[in-house]
Amino acid sequence: MTVQHPARRRGPDPRAVRSSLLALASCVVVFGALIWIVVNAPGWPAVQTSFLNGQVFWDTLPGLLDAFIINIQLFVTAEVLVLVLGLVLATMRSLHGPVFLPIRVLSNAYTDLFRAVPGVLVIFILGFGIPGLGLIDPKTDQRLFGIIALTLVYAAYVSEVYRAGIESIHPSQDAAARSLGLSRMQSLRHVVIPQAVRRVIPPLLNDFIGLQKDTVLVSFIGVVEIFRYSQIVSAATYNFTPYVAVGLVFVVITVPLIHLVDWLAKRGFGSAVTASGAVR
Amino acid sequence: MPRSFTLSLGLATLVLVAACSASTGASSSASTAASAAATVAPSVAASAAPSVAPSASAALTDCATNAVVTPGKFTIGTDNPAYPPYFAEPAASAKPTKPWQIGDPTNGNGFEAAVGYAIADKLGFTKDEVAWIVVPFANSFAPGPKTFDIDLNQVNYKTERTQTADLSKGYYFGNQSVVTLKDSPFAKATTIADLKGAQWGAQVGTTSLDAINTLIAPTKKALVYDTNDLAVKALGQKTIDAIMVDLPTADYITNVQVQNAKIVGQFQGATPEYFSAVLQKGSKLTDCVNQAIDALTTDGTLDNLVKQWLPFQAAVPVIKP
Repeated sequence: MTVQHPARRRGPDPRAVRSSLLALASCVVVFGALIWIVVNAPGWPAVQTSFLNGQVFWDTLPGLLDAFIINIQLFVTAEVLVLVLGLVLATMRSLHGPVFLPIRVLSNAYTDLFRAVPGVLVIFILGFGIPGLGLIDPKTDQRLFGIIALTLVYAAYVSEVYRAGIESIHPSQDAAARSLGLSRMQSLRHVVIPQAVRRVIPPLLNDFIGLQKDTVLVSFIGVVEIFRYSQIVSAATYNFTPYVAVGLVFVVITVPLIHLVDWLAKRGFGSAVTASGAVR
Repeated sequence: MPRSFTLSLGLATLVLVAACSASTGASSSASTAASAAATVAPSVAASAAPSVAPSASAALTDCATNAVVTPGKFTIGTDNPAYPPYFAEPAASAKPTKPWQIGDPTNGNGFEAAVGYAIADKLGFTKDEVAWIVVPFANSFAPGPKTFDIDLNQVNYKTERTQTADLSKGYYFGNQSVVTLKDSPFAKATTIADLKGAQWGAQVGTTSLDAINTLIAPTKKALVYDTNDLAVKALGQKTIDAIMVDLPTADYITNVQVQNAKIVGQFQGATPEYFSAVLQKGSKLTDCVNQAIDALTTDGTLDNLVKQWLPFQAAVPVIKP
């Protein structure tokens, strides 16, 4: 494919320059045309006033960021719990032997159930159901129910990610560890899981991104987090700009994380680990 | 490939940023112009003569026939489910006509249903020419052509709202009120200070939430629910101590939804709140609907409808500052 130059001249490769310029021109034409079409649509001024209202945007932003602190509390706390509970579930499921059947069944049932039920329902059922039982103080902070619900749902996803990682480790690793005299649990703890976790960091971060966005569902049980706050402002001003602003906040938070995932993948996390890099 | 992708991504971002910064400048000036226009528009004096006959004046009929979205029909929007006492349920054992869930606007019973038909009548439409459609709250102010002529959905007038929609003159002047459970420590409150320590709840998008934050300024952050029903459920299981709602809604909650709840009192704010009909921004109808509402006020129709459908206002004590 690549033809070697007989002698590399100094300065940029003219063909590279040409292809960059072409890419630039093509981008200008395509995005220019898209923007031209949107901006010249008959309803554009109305859409602009409703969705891209600068005044509403700047008036709303401080309150939105303030409300976003609640989302951060929710996803940071839930993520820590998810990583722990997910690993426990995956380990339970990776135990071999007939004695451990009830544990495997329990773990299976858990992941089936909580991956099947929509997250918003779990939030609803906990937020409205648990206080209704009358066993705990009904004034218990609703954020707590949000955190528990998100943890229950995302631990199910994450345990499957861990399990995929554990199963991707070649059985010879376990066999070698066992032949050195390690028990099954010791082999899991010191040999299999460290390699497995390293391998699944990119999909774990993916689930973390999903969790971040799902914190808005906690608004359903009354918590005024960023989405509920934007709804309040939107209804008060009859304007949709606050929703666009919420979208922007999530983009700003999430895009760096997505690129971190890509970067990690490039550095070898998530791909097959070489024998030399197997155990650290 | 990766390089050109990064390049195009960068370009797209640049273009978007440029477009956004350009638009913010333009739109803020546009919106100030819009709000200025809105404050002028509704102050048209009632030209309709206060005649006894409830029929439409010729001027109003002319105004309306050319401005409605569906020729020959007066289309009124409201959210579904529509609740009593604004939209009455059909008589026992009958089901509401589709697609209505609880209250049925088409029977003309209930305060807003009756107001809708009264406005239509003033504009020269017969009962058969009135069409009711479902308009979720957010759709009532979404940009683009409207599917309704007027939207009656207990929308309280707010100046900010007139940037993207026309709001008519008030057809109901009412107060916010507090609902608690009968056995709640806040059930005997008589002053605003008594209510500051309560865990408040309200429906999202209502001026009731504003009232909580401005009138009460509670010590705990209010919980905000999607619907009044959810707020009422939270009240029932004591997650919240008190709900702020429009007085007619409070009556429905305490009479129908939660048997052991009571209206603690109503608030008389410095500026009285009122319900407005929502119309397309700059609609030709706004003017005639305002005239129709003026006429209905002058001839006593609105007062009678309040007496018929919302007959409890005087009995509720006023919460002192």
